[in-house]
Amino acid sequence: MAAVTTFLSAPRVGDVLPKGVHGPITRTKLALYAGASHDHNPIHIDIDVARGAGMEDVFAHGMLSMAYLSQLLTKWAPQDALREWSVRFTAITPVNAEVHTGGEVIELIERNGEECARVRIWARTAKGVTTLEGEAIVVVA
Amino acid sequence: MIDRAWIGFTSKPRAAVVETGQLKFFALATGETNPVYFDVEAAKAAGHRAVLAPPTFVFCLASAVPPLDIRLADMGIDTRRILHAEQSFRHHSAIWAGDTITFTTRIADIWEKKGGALEFIAQETEALNQNGEICAHSRSVLVVRHQQGVV
Repeated sequence: MAAVTTFLSAPRVGDVLPKGVHGPITRTKLALYAGASHDHNPIHIDIDVARGAGMEDVFAHGMLSMAYLSQLLTKWAPQDALREWSVRFTAITPVNAEVHTGGEVIELIERNGEECARVRIWARTAKGVTTLEGEAIVVVA
Repeated sequence: MIDRAWIGFTSKPRAAVVETGQLKFFALATGETNPVYFDVEAAKAAGHRAVLAPPTFVFCLASAVPPLDIRLADMGIDTRRILHAEQSFRHHSAIWAGDTITFTTRIADIWEKKGGALEFIAQETEALNQNGEICAHSRSVLVVRHQQGVV
């Protein structure tokens, strides 16, 4: 069983970040995120447009789940320790899904003269479908 | 098929002001609980000059001032057929409420998969603050699904 760590203890390979649970991602949450993020693509908020595009229903903005992943990281480490991070959006997050976020330190590396942790990060629905997966480089010293 | 002549095209710069109210709205919409992201007193107590923008907010701020010279519709893309495929950020300097951020976007690459059923567009955006400091680089890959059901 890997230890769940806070950033204050020196990270080690295998350390697990405190999990996040968000949702369910209701239509109201999608409407709020559309306004707050300036992403007004109607496919996320207008079921008529979504169906016209061949989807069964509206679905969540990928960047909403990426914001949840940023909270996973900034609850673990100060924001200014986050150097770079990337995700692939591997599946659509359906409306009313619950999003779970997680991360694990997979390597300690030196990057541009700084000691960094390479952290694998992911978001999954409560049903176990991986929706985002990626990596973050976080300064640890 | 998207004209590959777009590869390398760079948008004109465009600027947006970071507003405290928009950061508060973003915190509400994303369920943020750390007050440095929505409360000016908490932000200042933590050593920030104003409310702090969270890491993905730079992407959202850029969406408030989309490049008018890089419009997907002008590339012949049906925007209902687009999905966000990849997103990455490199962070150099924090962004706070009150900052004016200037964005420049470049079409870094366009490629296809599955015999052209899927086309990918990589856009790279640089964000500079009012002091000319680079705050972040963002790279977005969009996928255009020309055929229904191909993901």
